[in-house]
Amino acid sequence: MAEWLPLAASAEAAGIDAELGLVHLLMLVLFIGWGGWFAYLLVRFSRRASPRASYAGTRGRVAMAVVALVAVTELTLLAAVSLPAWRARATSVPTDPGATEVRVVAEQFAWNIHYPGADRRFGRTALALVSPDNPLGLDRVDPAAADDVVGVNELHVPVGRPVIVYLSSKDVVHSFTLPEMRVKQDVVPGTLATTWFTPTRTGRWEIACSQLCGLAHYRMRGIFTVDEDAAYVSWLGEQAPFARTAPAPGR
Amino acid sequence: MRHSIIRKPLLRKYFISTDHKVVGLQYAVTSLVFLLVGFLLMLLARWQLAWPGTPVPLVGAWLGEANAPGGVILPEFYNQLIAMHGTIMVFLAVVPLAVGAFGNYLVPLQIGASDMAFPRLNAASFWLYLLGGLVMLAGFVAPGGAANSGWTSYPPLADLATTGQTVWLAGMLCIIVSSLLGSVNLITTVVQLRAPGLTWFRLPFFVWAQLVTAFLLLLAFPPLQAAALLQGMDRLAGTSFFLPTGLVVSGQAVAAAGDGSPLLWQHLFWFLAHPEVYVLILPAMGIVAEVIANNARRPLWGYRTMVRAALFLGFMSFTVWAHHMFLTGMGTVLSGFFQATTMIISVPSIVVMTALLLSLHRGSIRFTTPMLFALAFIPMFAIGGLTGLPLGLATTDVPLHDTNYVVGHFHYVVAPGTIFALFAGIYHWYPKVTGRLLHDGLGRIHFVGSLVAMNGIFLPMFVQGLGGVNRRLYDGGLQYAHAHGLAGLNVGMSYAAWLLAAVQLVFVVNLLMSLRSGRMAGDNPWQATTLEWTAAPTPPLAHGNFASPPRVFHPAYEYSVPGAAADFTPQNEEVG
Repeated sequence: MAEWLPLAASAEAAGIDAELGLVHLLMLVLFIGWGGWFAYLLVRFSRRASPRASYAGTRGRVAMAVVALVAVTELTLLAAVSLPAWRARATSVPTDPGATEVRVVAEQFAWNIHYPGADRRFGRTALALVSPDNPLGLDRVDPAAADDVVGVNELHVPVGRPVIVYLSSKDVVHSFTLPEMRVKQDVVPGTLATTWFTPTRTGRWEIACSQLCGLAHYRMRGIFTVDEDAAYVSWLGEQAPFARTAPAPGR
Repeated sequence: MRHSIIRKPLLRKYFISTDHKVVGLQYAVTSLVFLLVGFLLMLLARWQLAWPGTPVPLVGAWLGEANAPGGVILPEFYNQLIAMHGTIMVFLAVVPLAVGAFGNYLVPLQIGASDMAFPRLNAASFWLYLLGGLVMLAGFVAPGGAANSGWTSYPPLADLATTGQTVWLAGMLCIIVSSLLGSVNLITTVVQLRAPGLTWFRLPFFVWAQLVTAFLLLLAFPPLQAAALLQGMDRLAGTSFFLPTGLVVSGQAVAAAGDGSPLLWQHLFWFLAHPEVYVLILPAMGIVAEVIANNARRPLWGYRTMVRAALFLGFMSFTVWAHHMFLTGMGTVLSGFFQATTMIISVPSIVVMTALLLSLHRGSIRFTTPMLFALAFIPMFAIGGLTGLPLGLATTDVPLHDTNYVVGHFHYVVAPGTIFALFAGIYHWYPKVTGRLLHDGLGRIHFVGSLVAMNGIFLPMFVQGLGGVNRRLYDGGLQYAHAHGLAGLNVGMSYAAWLLAAVQLVFVVNLLMSLRSGRMAGDNPWQATTLEWTAAPTPPLAHGNFASPPRVFHPAYEYSVPGAAADFTPQNEEVG
């Protein structure tokens, strides 16, 4: 299964991939089982091999027992694997104080990336402040905003520590996707969504949009880089904090 | 008694008639045309997917400068193609063919009724459907082109889209009203007009399937109708049912009151669109059951079990809709509920499929052309059903959601699934309608070609989807490194689509040619048991169907009854 999937580069990927493999194994067994029986029936009971049909037919007890077994297997899979996995995936936000926190604000057709800076607090944003040079509407008056770093389509995170992503959308529904992290989260405007992952290896991959969001949906692509800690810190240091980005002339 | 369907004055007979058979044929011809239109749209899109940015050959110049300058399809136009492909295939082609055509034509005949309960309502239902279809197509000439927000029309994208979306909503309203009229009519007909002796458990399984389908349409469409009205008001009257506060599009604040919920649309849409999947599947199962019983020459295995499974399927189909929305930020309890219902709803489907296989056991199988399509339905639908499993479990849905895996999954259910069943039905009942059989050799070419081509198109989608290639991408994913190795599959898939087109040509030729030169069928060419073959002449009498009202003495599938003279006992054969 693994060779069919994108590289698995997060701590969460292993569990998802294992479940995916398990489910596909079950599917394969069922398909081959039913398919083999189907083929047998077609050969054994063709008009040539079986010139007269039987009115009574078969009782089908074995077949219906297998159906019951499949039902039990599915529900077991749900209860034992999928539900716990979803609880871990959807509701257990990491509490690790060393976690990297980042806001991602989607818009047609870009990913705005917003780091809180050294104070670890995101600056206040307001709709009225949105302008071409301030796509998030960050408030210049808010002291928390001064050291924030805002960029477009370039998400850098350090390896080995949880990353928490706060997602929102300015316009339509997008879906924030990091294939190698096995992360996908719909971003519905008007609601905040949170997703998280722990990258386990460094690399340079992509952010994809998975929800049709307009004519350039197909190229709503960002760059996603997992760095060693030091490289991440130095990259972040090279980015201009918000206080030092000049507003456009006339403002 | 033998009369050709080509003689009477054309206008009276085919256009302003309220005879259920004429309405059924109107539905059949119209929906087959829409099936072709929907397919042609996808052939255009598949050209773009296989060879992005190269001019479409032959027809490229006709697509219009706004859509395809120099014959090269623009992203805007690509989005229209896929949105309209989905809409047309589901709402204007497959469902009207399965329900409007097969249901209308066959249900009164199978229950021994002279017509539907409300013949005029029936005609109104067809004309509204046709109107809805024409409105939909008119979207292509609207400013900005046809609807381009996917067949799912998620707001805010759809709220803010070009005029084509308003046209789409208008078209949907016509189609929905048409469906509601049709389903009320069918339910009344089955409840009220069954022939004497035709008890509930003597009904052909096909009638049960149509009955459950009618209930699904009746109960699931109104929420979408309401949703379509709300979206229309968002677009035209300045309301904000689906628009949250604070939207900024292209740097401009959206002038809307706000406080609406885009998720509300998703719930209302999928509340219809999931039962809609069973609207696509149940009539297909009904057709396949008829054809298999007839060609295995023995009664359906577990007829009552199948009926109960169909009823349970119908009921459960109202409880699974939000499995389309796992990634919208759903918690454990809600996702647990919808995962559980999704696992449970797979059981009645497996029961029906297993019962069909058990029906073959100790049968005497004739491999007629309709039987080939009906048999192929089983493994094809199985692939569609099984691939629903990782999508129905929320965790495994994460990597697969909105990828081509999903596209492959539902196409296996509907294309080599339902459409194969519809082909089986057409080959099986064409002689009932025309008095002539379809050409068998051409039918077999059609079958083998379609089977190979469908799998050639849809099987690689699973590989792409597992690799993370998203759906609805204008260039098939070339922007993304993770998709590079897999985008090349699109070339082979598109060749398979041309092959599919070529063999459909064979089918169309067969349909037309056999009208005049097909082998004469006689009254009961398949030696079937059900009333449409045994009690009505072939073709059935215009306005009335039967020379005398039939009485029923037997269950639907009395094949190979021990001691009987023939290997089939007609439902209306008097017990002597």
